[in-house]
Amino acid sequence: MAINFKDGVILGADSRTTTGAYIANRVTDKLTQVHDTIWCCRSGSAADTQAVADIVAYHLNMYGIVNNEPPTTQVAASLFQELCYENKEMLSAGIIIAGYDPRHGGQVYSIPLGGSLHKQPFSIGGSGSTYIYGYTDAHWKENMTEEEGIQFVRGALQEAIKWDGSSGGVIRLVVLTSKGAQRHLYLPDTNYTGPGLTN
Amino acid sequence: MKAVENGGTAIGIRCKDGVVLAVEKIITSKLLKPGANKKIATVDRHVGIVSAGLVPDGRHFVSRARDEASSWRGIYKGPIPISALANRLGSYVQAFTLYSSVRPFGVTAIVGGWDLEDELAVDGQVGSGPKMGSGGKVEGAKSGGPGLYMIEPSGLYWGYYGAATGKGRQAAKAELEKLDLSSGNLSIFDGVKEAARIIYIAHEDSKDKDFELEMSWISSLDGPTKGKHEEVPRELLKEAEDAARRELEGEEEEEGPREDVNESEQMEE
Amino acid sequence: MNHLPEIWGRPRNDIYGSYNPSYLKTSGPITHTSSPTVTGTSVVAVKFNGGVAIAADKLASYGSLARFTDVKRLRVFANSSVVGFGGDVSDMQYIDRLLESIDIREHYSTHGNMLNAKNLLTYLSKVFYKRRSQFNPLWNHVLVAGFDGNGAPFLSSADLLGNTFSAPHMATGFGAHLAVPILRRLFPEERPIEDITKDNAVAALQECMKVLFYRDARSLDEYSIAVITKDGVEVKEDEKVQAQSWAFAEAIRGYGAQTA
Repeated sequence: MAINFKDGVILGADSRTTTGAYIANRVTDKLTQVHDTIWCCRSGSAADTQAVADIVAYHLNMYGIVNNEPPTTQVAASLFQELCYENKEMLSAGIIIAGYDPRHGGQVYSIPLGGSLHKQPFSIGGSGSTYIYGYTDAHWKENMTEEEGIQFVRGALQEAIKWDGSSGGVIRLVVLTSKGAQRHLYLPDTNYTGPGLTN
Repeated sequence: MKAVENGGTAIGIRCKDGVVLAVEKIITSKLLKPGANKKIATVDRHVGIVSAGLVPDGRHFVSRARDEASSWRGIYKGPIPISALANRLGSYVQAFTLYSSVRPFGVTAIVGGWDLEDELAVDGQVGSGPKMGSGGKVEGAKSGGPGLYMIEPSGLYWGYYGAATGKGRQAAKAELEKLDLSSGNLSIFDGVKEAARIIYIAHEDSKDKDFELEMSWISSLDGPTKGKHEEVPRELLKEAEDAARRELEGEEEEEGPREDVNESEQMEE
Repeated sequence: MNHLPEIWGRPRNDIYGSYNPSYLKTSGPITHTSSPTVTGTSVVAVKFNGGVAIAADKLASYGSLARFTDVKRLRVFANSSVVGFGGDVSDMQYIDRLLESIDIREHYSTHGNMLNAKNLLTYLSKVFYKRRSQFNPLWNHVLVAGFDGNGAPFLSSADLLGNTFSAPHMATGFGAHLAVPILRRLFPEERPIEDITKDNAVAALQECMKVLFYRDARSLDEYSIAVITKDGVEVKEDEKVQAQSWAFAEAIRGYGAQTA
């Protein structure tokens, strides 16, 4: 999931990757950097979303070099959409793009299965998301502080982990603001209270 | 290469709130319909191109520019920045100097446009994000603005405050330099007047031939064209032409008020 | 030298026998969208004296999940026509961009964009037909509203197969079942379009959106409405279904004999 808040955006994800009922990786990092302050949350097929993210990261890198200015979040979202739409028959990828740039501030885009592009105040996706539509709708408010935003994301992901068998493990967050990207980590054995900021 | 230097004079002025393009269209036959056969072309919605030299080469150049703009849109779902378009066109023109099977372009083209200063939506966007707008936006962060580039047959291109090409370019450049464009004070409405005046001055050397003045502009979002490239409205064009003619006629007798500008610039030194 | 490139590097047929090329196949047949994913439901429209009114709710469903509630399904073309999209949202965005590129191209000539709603419908139906013939349909049912070449109000539909159909009032999706009968009762065929005012048309659409919200499980009470007249297109994106009737539920007790 990803949200807008007062100073930018926050991305969050659990860390479970499954093959059927078997947990192939219990400490997955589903928050993927595609440019300095443009990140994405990957859900669906791990192979597909990694491939798509790698391609977009390459193009954004080239964009930065060729045009001598960093790409905006829209540029990243457009590239993701083009790949997801044109290859919809071959892909199983649900991607949320969240980024910060000084001109537009924080922005959140969602690309669900068919390859449509939706700009959203906040976005949830993946198998666990259906369990937290109620939670997020009830607790969402615009213009939250960073602390409130982290609380919102962590609370929502805890619910998803609690009710969805395909979600679990640790909670990873990335906060994107004018200051750059900051990672947070919350572990199940401390009831998702810490260690918090990790870089 | 000579062809490029002898086309009708074309100029571009980069103003604080937009870009003005103007071209002197020599009337080669009385059988040509006045106002038809446009020499300034639109690329995407926010770019104008005017060129001096071989007309068919100019047309091909414009066609390439349109393809580049549309291919940009196909990938990035938004308008191409003027700098990126100039860069791609520069590369395209340069490639024509490399091969024995093709000749270099017979045009020098002026590319003018406006990069939108507003927040851009992705083409075909649905949804709108937070009602109160995105968080963490840097207030007053400068983005977008006018862009003016001139691309030569070698592929060489620079960004300009004022650009001139074609037969009367020397006179035009001299006039453009007097405008102190780099300080960013000139509005496009004044730019239109100046452009008309400069084309008329540049025409002085080939006075025996009749010509038509064609002008277009691209303004900021809150300006008259709302970021789009459009023809200068007929009334405004006429007004600017009349003023230009009046001034030229006045100058024959005595030096006009233009002299003041020149002097004040000297004082700066 | 062997001049058949496809033979190069392969075991020689005269020694090893001919190669069975079916082993080379790395994948099955090409597959395309056989069902849409994120979808919009009904679009409803009606002609009136001097124009056309059209409405669509703002929901994009993901199966039965009400996934996106802020989707604008009425897309304006050249400030003179409106295309209302039902069906797949990603294909709607594709078509929207296609139309934008056409609008840009039309403006390259000095007279600007002269394509009217009728031209637009013809074009869209050909795009739909071409794609369905490639077994890769654009999964939409659209209504095109605007004016024809004679300046008369125009309303017509095109679907994913390339079918077109025209009538004074139309609807796609559930609306075809629920809204069209309402519109037919309000504006019977005998009644000339000149009798229908803009306000009549808008009120009728509001009523249709209400009934659709009552009875279409994939609908929303928030909708967009556009009115196309000679003066241009006026779009309202924040409409809400008004004056709903639910209080009668109090009188409903049990499902038959029960009265308590």
